[in-house]
Amino acid sequence: MPSNITEKITIDENENTIEINKLVKKFKNFVAVDSVDLQINKGELFGLLGPNGAGKTTTLNILATLLPPTSGDAKINGFNLKEQNKIRHSIGFVFQDSTLDDELTARENLDIHGRLYHLPKNLRKQRIDEVLDLVELKDKENRQVKTFSGGMKRRLEIARGMMHHPKILFLDEPTLGLDPQTRRNVWNHIERLNKEENLTIILTTHYLEEADYLCNRIAIIDHGKIVAIDSPDNLKKTIRSDTLVLKTNQIKDLVELLQANEISEFTVFENSVNLATDKGERIIPDLLNLASKNQVSINSVELKKSTLEDVFIHFTGHQIREDQASSADVLRNALKATGRF
Amino acid sequence: MIFDIYAIWRREIIKFTRTRSRIVSSVVMPVVWLIFIGVGFSSSVQIPGIEYMDFLAPGIVGMIILFTSIFSGVSVIWDRQFGFLKEILVAPVSRTSIVLGKTMGGATIAVIHGTIMLAISSAMGLIPVESNLAIAFGFMGLTSVCFVSIGLIIATQMRSMEGFQTIMSFLIMPIFFLSGALFPIENTPEWMQFASYFDPLTYGIDGIRNSLGIQGNVPIFVDGLVLAGFCVGLIMVGGFLFKRSGI
Repeated sequence: MPSNITEKITIDENENTIEINKLVKKFKNFVAVDSVDLQINKGELFGLLGPNGAGKTTTLNILATLLPPTSGDAKINGFNLKEQNKIRHSIGFVFQDSTLDDELTARENLDIHGRLYHLPKNLRKQRIDEVLDLVELKDKENRQVKTFSGGMKRRLEIARGMMHHPKILFLDEPTLGLDPQTRRNVWNHIERLNKEENLTIILTTHYLEEADYLCNRIAIIDHGKIVAIDSPDNLKKTIRSDTLVLKTNQIKDLVELLQANEISEFTVFENSVNLATDKGERIIPDLLNLASKNQVSINSVELKKSTLEDVFIHFTGHQIREDQASSADVLRNALKATGRF
Repeated sequence: MIFDIYAIWRREIIKFTRTRSRIVSSVVMPVVWLIFIGVGFSSSVQIPGIEYMDFLAPGIVGMIILFTSIFSGVSVIWDRQFGFLKEILVAPVSRTSIVLGKTMGGATIAVIHGTIMLAISSAMGLIPVESNLAIAFGFMGLTSVCFVSIGLIIATQMRSMEGFQTIMSFLIMPIFFLSGALFPIENTPEWMQFASYFDPLTYGIDGIRNSLGIQGNVPIFVDGLVLAGFCVGLIMVGGFLFKRSGI
């Protein structure tokens, strides 16, 4: 029906699939989500990028009506958060940890999903076949899930999330714990769903390369706040294109030297200084001369073209993977242990 | 709602049929009890008007129902640990349907176990011919629902199976011993009789005895009413706690 198609296209351009308004979630005194505003359009492949404990999963759980917000509101597919069942019918959710029943076969797992989402018998059967084909698990449909590899399980979960034709698919850390090859394979499936089925996908990740590779738009989230939001390319443009990593044992001297020479765009780490610049290769000689004149010995110089990681550091002031768990992590884990996320 | 309950019930049954060899191991223990406690005590325990073995058999049916039911309810802990609970919780299904589906599923499995035990007892010549089996099944069903609910209540209070041994010793075994499965409660000290009146299994086993033509402790309709009351109350408490406990 051609009229339907044109109608669909006009809706696509104007419709916000998700609108979040000043969303706040507090656990006792810990603010997990701090006044988040966000619009996500139909057909987007949107990424929430942040370290563990940044509030990504909490945000997703609120949007899926699994967790009530402390304040603020959100509209999902035109429904407000109080319309729990309508929202749930219209979304698919793939959790961070497997939520398949290992004892059941792939087909049985999909079948119970179809029943819980009230798909009539014929449609249920048809959709099970379709989604199994989509993730290339058709030949393994009668195998118990406990015999599946991590990647197969993840694909089956994505298939299951798709079964009831959701308008939005939420993926919480879709490739956590997968090996690089399997990750690439899961990425391809996610991409295909987004392009071929024109499905809005929102994923959380703390893998920079994943956000960079997959997403049309990224929100960098840190300590419950969105600190930047744009396409990966535009985000990279907001910072200087190159980074010089100077390794030295005399951090203090180097910092003083840079400040004395009115170079201010740098970030200090334990044994290196990252310098933001436009034409890295040209200033290396000058920099080294300057350093040796002032008896600051540089151990190594590395020129890095800017990546999303630099963008992340630029906006949050820290690296995405920190060795020590932050206090937020500790609290989050404590909350997780009591089962309240 | 009925379809949601059915979907959840169906999963329990599929999982049960997949592991049906486990029936053997869960039936062995009660059979061993029946034979050894039965034969052993028969020689020194006298219950007026009835052979001890005949008295014991319905008690052992109650025992197998107690254990399988509580275990089914507690299995929600595994659903939580292995994540499947989240799949149900994010679906457009009410918490009440989840609790009812789980309860019905667990109860069905427990009644199957009870039936097997009843059949074994019957094969051993322990079930009188004048038994009203339909009513006996009714009591088995109600007893199962009660204890699956108790299992669910336990599951909402526990995050792992680590504490299960403690619950076994402090809750399940006393429930079993107080129920009059092994000895008539009317001959026990008053405090014990008093405690046993708060034990749903007392009415379950008494009801099964009554329907099998063995003189029970209280009239059969009292057994039925009290047990039904326990069922409704426990389902409601279980439902409330389950809603509150979330993921």
